[in-house]
Formats: sequence, C-alpha cells, structure tokens
Amino acid sequence: MSQFHQVFFEESFEGLDVMESGLLSLDVGSADAESINTLFRAAHSIKGGSGTFGFTEVSDFTHVMETLLDEMRDGRRQVADGTVRALLESVDCLRDMLGRLKGAEPLDQARIAQTKAVLEAELAGAHSEDRNASNGLPATPEPIGADATDLPGSAWAIAFSPHRHLLKTGNDPVRMFRELAGLGDLKVAVDLRGVPNFFDLDPEECYLSWKLTLTGDVGRDDVAEVFDWVENDCDLAIYPLLKHDSAAVVAEQRQGEAEAVKTIQAAPFQIIPNSAEPTAHEDAKPAAKSAGSIRVDIAKIDHLINMVGELVITQSMLSLVGERFEAGKLDQLRNGLTQLERHTRELQESVMNIRMLPVSFVFSRFPRLVHDLSTKLGKKIELKLIGENTEVDKTVVELLADPLVHLVRNSLDHGIEMPQVRLAAGKPETGTVTLQAYHRGGNIVIEVKDDGQGLDGAKLRAKAVEKGLIGADAALSERQLYDLIFLPGFSTADKLTDISGRGVGMDVVRRNIQALGGNIEIASELGKGSTFAIYLPLTLAILDGQSVAVGDEIYILPLGAIVESLNISEDRVNRVAGKGETFHLRSQYLPIIRLHRIFQVPGAKATKLTDGLLVVVESHGVRCGLFVDDLLGQQQVVIKSLEANYRRIDGVSGATILGDGSVALILDIPGLVALANQ
Amino acid sequence: MTSILAVDDSASMRQMVCFTLKGAGYDVVEAVDGVDGLNKAKSQAFDCVVTDVNMPNKDGIQLIRDLRALPNYKYTPLLMLTTEAGMDKKQLGKEAGATGWIVKPFNPEQLLKTIQKVLG
Repeated sequence: MSQFHQVFFEESFEGLDVMESGLLSLDVGSADAESINTLFRAAHSIKGGSGTFGFTEVSDFTHVMETLLDEMRDGRRQVADGTVRALLESVDCLRDMLGRLKGAEPLDQARIAQTKAVLEAELAGAHSEDRNASNGLPATPEPIGADATDLPGSAWAIAFSPHRHLLKTGNDPVRMFRELAGLGDLKVAVDLRGVPNFFDLDPEECYLSWKLTLTGDVGRDDVAEVFDWVENDCDLAIYPLLKHDSAAVVAEQRQGEAEAVKTIQAAPFQIIPNSAEPTAHEDAKPAAKSAGSIRVDIAKIDHLINMVGELVITQSMLSLVGERFEAGKLDQLRNGLTQLERHTRELQESVMNIRMLPVSFVFSRFPRLVHDLSTKLGKKIELKLIGENTEVDKTVVELLADPLVHLVRNSLDHGIEMPQVRLAAGKPETGTVTLQAYHRGGNIVIEVKDDGQGLDGAKLRAKAVEKGLIGADAALSERQLYDLIFLPGFSTADKLTDISGRGVGMDVVRRNIQALGGNIEIASELGKGSTFAIYLPLTLAILDGQSVAVGDEIYILPLGAIVESLNISEDRVNRVAGKGETFHLRSQYLPIIRLHRIFQVPGAKATKLTDGLLVVVESHGVRCGLFVDDLLGQQQVVIKSLEANYRRIDGVSGATILGDGSVALILDIPGLVALANQ
Repeated sequence: MTSILAVDDSASMRQMVCFTLKGAGYDVVEAVDGVDGLNKAKSQAFDCVVTDVNMPNKDGIQLIRDLRALPNYKYTPLLMLTTEAGMDKKQLGKEAGATGWIVKPFNPEQLLKTIQKVLG
C-alpha cells in the first residue's frame, strides 16, 4: 500500500489548499451550495484515502470535519464565522498531521485533541437529532448478522424471492448462489410458480424464487452478507435449521444483539488521545510544500518525449554515417552533429522546464495569512495577486516562501495604517497589499507592494545614529537609508509586536535571497507606500556563461553580468595608493580586479594591463572591470554546488564541468568586488 | 479480457484500485469524474463499473443513473465506493440502479473479493 502514499499525500495537501481557499472565500450567511460541496468533497477524499491507506488518526479527524460540512451542505447548519474559524484551524492541524505522517514523525496529539474538541463543540451546536453523528460515532451497524449468532456447525434454510426488477440492478441470483456454495454445502430448489404464460412474459424480469439449504460451518452474517446488496429488492428469510428452530427466538435475539452492538461500538470512540508529549507548534512546522516530487504539466512531458524521439533519430542517423565513413560523407556528419547539438540543447531546456513551477505555489498561502493577520491587527486589508502563473525553478519557489512571508507580515504590521489613520490621511479605509511576479531579463522579479505609510528616511537615520550604526553627519542617499533596515537588529517599529519582529529580521530575509543568487531592492514614498522587489535568477541549475582564460585556468562569468569587453590603455588607469587601481571608462571610474592576483593563478600571460582584456561586469548595481588573459567561448553550463562537494569560496558561486572533463569555477561578481575591497 | 471502468476523482484511490485490479488480470480503464466515466463507458463496453460517489462535475449516483439508462449497461454490475458515513447514499445509489457497494476504507483483498463476487 505504501506505494500509493506519495500520491495520497500530494493529493491531500492539494485538497487542504482547496479547502483553505474555499473557506476563506466563503460568504458567511449566504454560502453557495457548490463551494460547500467542494469543501465537503475535499474532506471526504482525504478521509477516504487516509482510511484506505491506514492513517486512522487522519480519518478519525476528518470524519468530524466531514460531518460538519455535510450538515452545511444539507442546509441543516448555517455558515457562521465560528464554524469557518474552526474549520480553518482543522485544516492547519490536518496539514500538520499529514506532514508528520509523511516524514514518519510522531503526531502532535495535544494539538489534534484540542482542534478536534473545538470542532466537536461546533458540531454540538447543531440540532439534537444530529447528536449521534456529532459524537463522531459511525451509524450503528444493522443488527442483522451480528457475531453472536455465529454458531459453528449450523445449517440454514433460506427463502429467497427476488422482486421482478432484480436483474436490472446488475445483481444475478446465479452469482449469489455460487457464492453461497463457496461457504458450504448448498442445495437449491427453484420455485417456478411465479412465471407467467409465454405471451405475458417479459424476458427482462425475474419471475423465479428459490428455497435453499446451506449446511456447513457458516455464520448467519456470512449468509446475510451474500444478500446484502439485494435487501430491498427481494423477500428474504434466513432460518437456522439445527441449533435454533424457531424464527421467533431469532427475532428476539436480534433485539438483544442490537443493544450489545451499540455499547461495544461506543467504547473505542471514548478513548481520549494521550497528550503525553505536547510539542511546541512553532518549531515543528512541517515543510509541507517541499515535496520530494513534482507535478508536471502533461504538455511539458509530451514535449520532452518528442525531443527524446528526435534525439534517437539523430543518433541512429549519425551511427549510420559512422559505420561506413568516407570523406564524402563529411557534410552529412556535420549536419548530423549540428542537429544533435540543437536537439540536445532543446532537450536540456525542456528538462529544465520540468523544474519550473508557477509562483502561485507560494502565493496561494497569502490569502489565509492576510485574512488571519488583518483580523488580529484590526486592519482592513485587500490582497492582490498578480502574475501567479509566472514560472520559477522549484528550488527558488520553495526557498522564496519564508522571505515573502516576512515581507508581507511587515507590510501588514508596519506598512498599512489603522483604518482611522488612513481615513484621516485621506486614503481609502482598506489598505492594499499587492504581490506581483514577472520576468525581466534573465531574472524573475517578485514585488511586495503596499499603499501604507512608507518608510521614513529621517526616522531611519535617527534610529541608526542612536544605535551608533552611522555617524550623526553621515551623508546617505535615500536608498542607503532604506538599506539600513537590512542591518541585523535594526527595527523601525516603535514597539515590537508579536507579528513581526519575532527574532527574524530583514537581515535574514536579505541573506536568504542572496543565498539564492538574488537581490532585494526597496522603493518607498512617505505616506504613499513601499515596494520591496526581489530579483532572482530564473533557475539555479543552469547558466549562460562566458569562459575566460586566466593563466592555465578557465573561469566562467555569467553572461548576463557582462556589459562589454575591451582592451585598455595605461593612460586611462589611475592608481590610488593602497586602494588599488581604477579604469576611466566614459565618465565612470571602475575598480579593476585582476583575477590572477585575487586567485593567485600561476603563469598568467597578461601581467601588464595592456596585454590582456578588461571585462566590464555589472551585478546588483555594482560595476567593475575584471582583468583576464583572454575571452574563450560562450556556453551554457550546469552549475554544481561547491559547498556540497568542497566548501564555500569567496568570489565563487559554484563550479561546472567543461567539455574536456576539467572543472571551471563560476565567478560571483558581488562576492569578487567584496573580496577585492578587502 | 474482463474489463472494468474505475471512476474516482482521487488519484491515489484510482491508482490503488487500478493497481489491484490489473494485478488480478483485469483490464482497467480510469476516469476522473462522472462525465469522463460516462464518455468512456459509451465508447467501450465494460463488464463492470466501480465508481466513487462524491465527485465534481457528475457524482457517482448520477453516473449510475445515466449508465443504467444505456441499453449496454442494463445488467452490468455497477458498484459504488462509499464511506461508512455515506451509508444514506447507499439507498440513493440503489434507487439509481447500483448493484452494490464497497465500503471505504477497504484493502485490495476486499476489493478483489467484491469484484470477483459480481464478475464470477
């Protein structure tokens, strides 16, 4: 069964997302039937699946949710704020449970019991006729065929007269008799008296009835089970032949059994989950989103399969050429190789494409966050999501979540003002937070924008001076002032709230984004609002690179970072004692970084600036000139992590393997600049 | 080969049903909801249909009703997958023309046993 668990978990997490967004958009008081139905179906699917795949805690839990939703669906229960809140909490709790089960971690029993109690309290508010269901009890099983009559060595007499439509239910007496025969020794006597004369006969109807005797080690419930599906489609009587011979006794017994069954059934449900190890919720949040698998659009797979097909054709053509090669076939070989190159590249692109996920994977959690937070803060906030379908590498998507949550929390807490303050400032009462994703160049940009109070440069400066981070007379541009908030321990809030400022600061946000090879920029206008823009590379695994030669080494520069390459003359170079050298390029002075010096490469051919080339690069607003021996080719390189295989090196963002098998380091421009400044 | 149509909106459930039935030598076709199921049932004759009850677009009860109305499916065993809480659906299903039901949660053996019961 475990082979289906992966799909079950994925599907359940999706179901939870559906429930969450469904609950958030539910109109309290006048919810439409289809939305409730969708919610019900999601809970129902999780329950069915968890029961089947052996996660009984989950199915017990979802059972309560399902009952509640069922009442809402049938109109027996009004959609109230409290119910929605309880259901949202249950969604969280379920997500936690599933996350832990997936990771084979112990469940948070205290939380489960608590959430379940809240749900059950909600249920208890229903009409008294639903009380039975609200206790989490399944419907009492039908009394027929309880184990108590399971007497070995029995024999049974069965009178079976199907109603005439029986065949149209897809049931077939012959099959049922075969099943009975499998239980013991069966004797069948058919009663033909119901068959009409030939002209009145409808071949689709069943006119026969039967008297059967079954001898063997068979319990009553086994016999009854065979007729389970046709209970209302036939007249059926089952009498014991040996041990009991009076139908009345049996009927009496049934009554008693029914009582017994009820009490037995009730017992296991009264066990209260043991809350021996209540773990804190905060640090045990499962990384529900970081699934080890990925759901891929079928069109992408189709394209991939196509490309592989093309590749196979090219390969077979090439091997044909290679088998009996002669000089005249050189053109054919070249064509083949060109084709091979094209197809390989396309294949690579489509494989990379598989890793791309829409940012809606991250965005989808924000409606809930904003809903909860704005209630807590007493603010009115509308959330706008734009460009949710923009695709980003899976790793980026996963690592983006935390920084974005932090930024959105900040916007809600510090950015957007209280309703009355907004009204006084002549702004609409409801603040707007916009999350937008779009592509620009080789980057994906994700913006968190609010129309709140904006950053106060003067306040930031005062705070920084107070903390001794800058001198009282330091001249800082607006942008440099904003950048102050990225300093560790820097908070603009007058007082810390429990929403933001919970230990993790903007410095961590920036570090996380930079770890992804990205950058964050702030634009703000006092009184109008702020925009935090995150720039990230599209993918983390592949890079368009320019290889450069330095001595015997080859380094890779990200192609996107290169502005131009030029030969330089000495008269444009300025040397500042102790500060290195700069190059005067069109009204700008660029620091020159000699790669062979920084990396201490032996055997550099160009030691005089005029002998080599200066590659002007720009990254995250920093420009500099890298001095190298020569430019080599451009190629796409697959990035291998250095940290994973060796250790982190300043100025290097990763490594790649070249066509000849040697390793080349990929240069990290901002890191190099920092290194050169030391 | 005996062919079975499995209709369920849950991929994991579908996978499990399919895997079990295929393993037992049945030919299985999957459908994701009642609409899909009805279309597939029209384009190919199945010896048995197993359907979930709660599904988007067209639920299992309506699917059974629609199938029973087709000449080809007059006598075909139509089984519904239901949960113990959905037992009131049993009667609805019966009225729609269902042959019987399989109560979730079930394990592969139970499923096979039920299928063998109707297919003999």
